[in-house]
Amino acid sequence: MLRIPRDQVDEMIAHARTDHPDEACGVIVGPEGSDQPTRLIRMTNAERSPTFFRFDPLEQLQLVKELDAADEEIVVVYHSHTATEAYPSRTDISYAAEPQAHYLLVSTAESGREEGPVSVRSYRILDGQVSEEEIEVLRP
Amino acid sequence: MAVEVKIPTILRTYTDGQKTVNSTGSTLAEVIDDVDSRHPGLKDRIVESAGLRRFVNVYVNDEDVRFSGGLSAPIADDDVVVVLPAVAGGAH
Repeated sequence: MLRIPRDQVDEMIAHARTDHPDEACGVIVGPEGSDQPTRLIRMTNAERSPTFFRFDPLEQLQLVKELDAADEEIVVVYHSHTATEAYPSRTDISYAAEPQAHYLLVSTAESGREEGPVSVRSYRILDGQVSEEEIEVLRP
Repeated sequence: MAVEVKIPTILRTYTDGQKTVNSTGSTLAEVIDDVDSRHPGLKDRIVESAGLRRFVNVYVNDEDVRFSGGLSAPIADDDVVVVLPAVAGGAH
């Protein structure tokens, strides 16, 4: 189960739409061990690709240093699929590197940059195994 | 003083959960071998055949070692080595 504030979901969707047709990516961080997403950080997709994403390495290094100093960790890794469904691909699974994280996918395949239906789903990926989990959207 | 090696989340299963381990060595290869001697299996996740695994970035004092010699990159006492698997994925 991922409990996540509505405004963070809205921000991820906005990011996915803005970057469409390229895959968008980012994280939501929170205090270590809290499993509580508190701060969303958009990352640059260094690949600028509709079919692949990779965090810009220097941005990622900077992020890791900030988290280390603040005793925070990545709670959510999110990215968008722009022509396929919101389900982790084989490539997504092979690169999953944050065992504690929720992997959230947004698909803009149906509506692109426009208002319209988007799919938002969350998963745990551990040792190559994917399990989907419920999302509880918290209202302020 | 030792070299400080920062271990990413996914590799902390090799280090009993430690975020940082100390090491010695005058090149990156020596540091990795030293860390692996005390935390077996870690090297395999960072290095393959002749060099760094693709999609693993290693920084020495914030400089990407791919630009400073790869596994031969020089390491000095008090250097900080950060190992960072790429966060990546694709549509297929």
